[in-house]
Amino acid sequence: MKRKHQRLFLGLAALGAIGGASGLALSALQDQAAFFYTPSDVATKSPLTDKAVRLGGMVEKGSIRHLSDGVTIAFVVTDNAAKVPVRFTGVAPDLFKEGSGVVAEGKFTDAGGFVADNLLAKHDERYMPPEIADKMAAAGAGTTAAGTK
Amino acid sequence: MIAEAGLAALWFAAAMALLQLASAALGLRLKQDELAAAVRPVAIAQGALAALSFALLIILFLRSDMSVLLVAQNSHSAKPLLYKFAGAWGNHEGSMLLWVTVLALAGAGIAMFERKLDRATLIATLGAQAFIALGFYAFLVIASNPFTRLDPPALDGMGLNPLLQDPGLAFHPPTLYFGYVGLSIAFSFAVGAMITREVGPVFARAMRPWVLGAWIFLTIGITAGSYWAYYELGWGGWWFWDPVENASLMPWLAATALLHSVNVLAARDGLRAWTLMLAVVAFSMSMLGTFLVRSGILTSVHAFAVDPTRGSFILVLLAIYIGGALALYGARVGRVKAGQPFDLLSREGGLVLNNLLLSVILGIVLIGTLYPIVAQAMGQQLSVGPPFFNKTTGPIALFLVAAMAVGPMLRWRRDEANAILEKMTVPAGAAALVTAATFLAADDASWMEIVGLGLAAAVAIASFAPLWRRNLLRTPLFTWGMIVAHFGCAVSLAGMAADSAFTSERLVAARYGQPYYVGPWRIVLNGVAPVVGDNWSAVEGRVTAIRSDGGTPLLLTPQRRFYASPPTDTAEASIRTRVDGQLYAVLGAQDAQGRWQLRLWWKPFVTLIWFGGGLIALGGALSLIGRISRERRSVRRREEAE
Repeated sequence: MKRKHQRLFLGLAALGAIGGASGLALSALQDQAAFFYTPSDVATKSPLTDKAVRLGGMVEKGSIRHLSDGVTIAFVVTDNAAKVPVRFTGVAPDLFKEGSGVVAEGKFTDAGGFVADNLLAKHDERYMPPEIADKMAAAGAGTTAAGTK
Repeated sequence: MIAEAGLAALWFAAAMALLQLASAALGLRLKQDELAAAVRPVAIAQGALAALSFALLIILFLRSDMSVLLVAQNSHSAKPLLYKFAGAWGNHEGSMLLWVTVLALAGAGIAMFERKLDRATLIATLGAQAFIALGFYAFLVIASNPFTRLDPPALDGMGLNPLLQDPGLAFHPPTLYFGYVGLSIAFSFAVGAMITREVGPVFARAMRPWVLGAWIFLTIGITAGSYWAYYELGWGGWWFWDPVENASLMPWLAATALLHSVNVLAARDGLRAWTLMLAVVAFSMSMLGTFLVRSGILTSVHAFAVDPTRGSFILVLLAIYIGGALALYGARVGRVKAGQPFDLLSREGGLVLNNLLLSVILGIVLIGTLYPIVAQAMGQQLSVGPPFFNKTTGPIALFLVAAMAVGPMLRWRRDEANAILEKMTVPAGAAALVTAATFLAADDASWMEIVGLGLAAAVAIASFAPLWRRNLLRTPLFTWGMIVAHFGCAVSLAGMAADSAFTSERLVAARYGQPYYVGPWRIVLNGVAPVVGDNWSAVEGRVTAIRSDGGTPLLLTPQRRFYASPPTDTAEASIRTRVDGQLYAVLGAQDAQGRWQLRLWWKPFVTLIWFGGGLIALGGALSLIGRISRERRSVRRREEAE
């Protein structure tokens, strides 16, 4: 192969690879990106029930119940404007407690509840997910102790 | 006084960097040899001053000097000594000071030890290093001064996040920083070469040890970080595609590509423009990594108390560095002459394929990591998680591993297809055998797991092919390095596929004395008792596990720990390692009937993941030693000839 051709070929191969990667990534993003909901979002627009999504907010005070199977908990996620009941089977993460921020990964049920496969609680009690801080401020609850960072 | 001295040393180091940049630029432009000659000693002074500043910060932490804001915020007088020491960089300001200290010391190292590179390129390289360092000095003294006093002093500190109180994690961030800084040095070499247009094998050989070193540290950092997440988070997983993990993976991918292309440049004088581009990309990724972690732009399990206002400063730095690098590349690359041509079926061709596939994976990870940030800017909240990354990068990574089995067997310049097919029969046969066996044995395994195990077998055998018909004692050390690193990839892949295909998991509400089963193990919770540690108290489960085919019982002690300062409770997983896997137990909460939540995993061959990572790093180290000693010898021979 001549030098000029080789450079051209390598350039085209690189472009093709970058194009292919972007195409693959963007098409996969269409069905794999998980949307983020707050309880207020759920109240105003009906959420998708067939896709994994994230639900974020505060764990309502006094809402955590342990179900009789011993491994499932039920609690309520709130952003001080709306509420969503959540069920989770598993060991709740460190720092998961009432009055703290939580992000639940899972699916909405047709009945308007949420079944979480995974709970994320922040590993720093001073920290709050920016989404929640923003949305809580927007919901007029920016003055709660944890709502202002 | 110590804090003031530390700040003064930092200012002087910044002044040295400015002097270094100015004398390099003027010396090269005006062809003033006296000015250019000042660059080396100034670079050494910069390194010494930055190191002094960092050493003084460590002393402040060791003394628990609560009149310093940073110490009061991040340390505690009752903390174990190791974590007082590590606390110096376990926070934003300290870690930035560590970053610039390593960078300055690397610059001093180049000034003292680099002898092969022509003088102008070396001066330009040190000028570029000073330019990068200046941005970080400005960031430190303007936006994140680690030596700020607190008046009146605090009575005691606020403590360090308990999750970070772990010996492995104390050294995890510095390891990654060594990697990031190494890539910025490689980038400085690329800038130097672009300025003087001396892009060739000599430049490649000068840059290679820094790329290798950076790559070794990144490999160790990622492997250790993965194991930390595995045992500390208690979720049973070893990689979460968390943005902060991606921030360390992306520079590694770029460094891996650069490591392979720089060999083509050094050995065959090919891929000149491409190697320069990769050096720019690798540096950009390490800056992006620092930016992502330090700016607070990410929602992440790793995002420890961050301050978003600093993000804009780092963003500006990022724009200047990457924009400047790309502009210089655009202006200069047209004048870089094309290197030596080669056939597609050749070692060079194989390395080009390696580079393309690594770049594609890098591109996908980059898009997946940045997409949520862009979407958020456009008013949409979403997250991109493991399903996306596994589905997109998995098949490409498997293709890359398949190419890795063939690549090292190829000859430079050109090779014959028949010869390659012949050499590939044994590895291909092994792959077919393992694939078929896995397919029959594990009927619910996915195609990626089955193919992964087959390819792991093929690469494990093929990685030793370069030794075929060679005198083992006369095989160069860097060839051994390649063999060990490639074998490590096979080992790690086998661990990933086995863990993914064969893990068994149980979640139970355990009553005392009642047996539960996970994999081949019979598990009994005998009791739960309180225990006390240095700065924590805990409840500890006493769990015995007996294998169904007999053997001595194992005791597992998963804990729920409570730290007083800062007030936190954490789950401490208990892990027992066997030759063929790990048993993993996490204790949850107690319910009203007195049952304890117990989560159990049996993970066959999961340890191979990190063992393979260690082998990859070891291979890199062998290669680095081999390269450096050969360079030393050739320099000595040249000096003797003169």
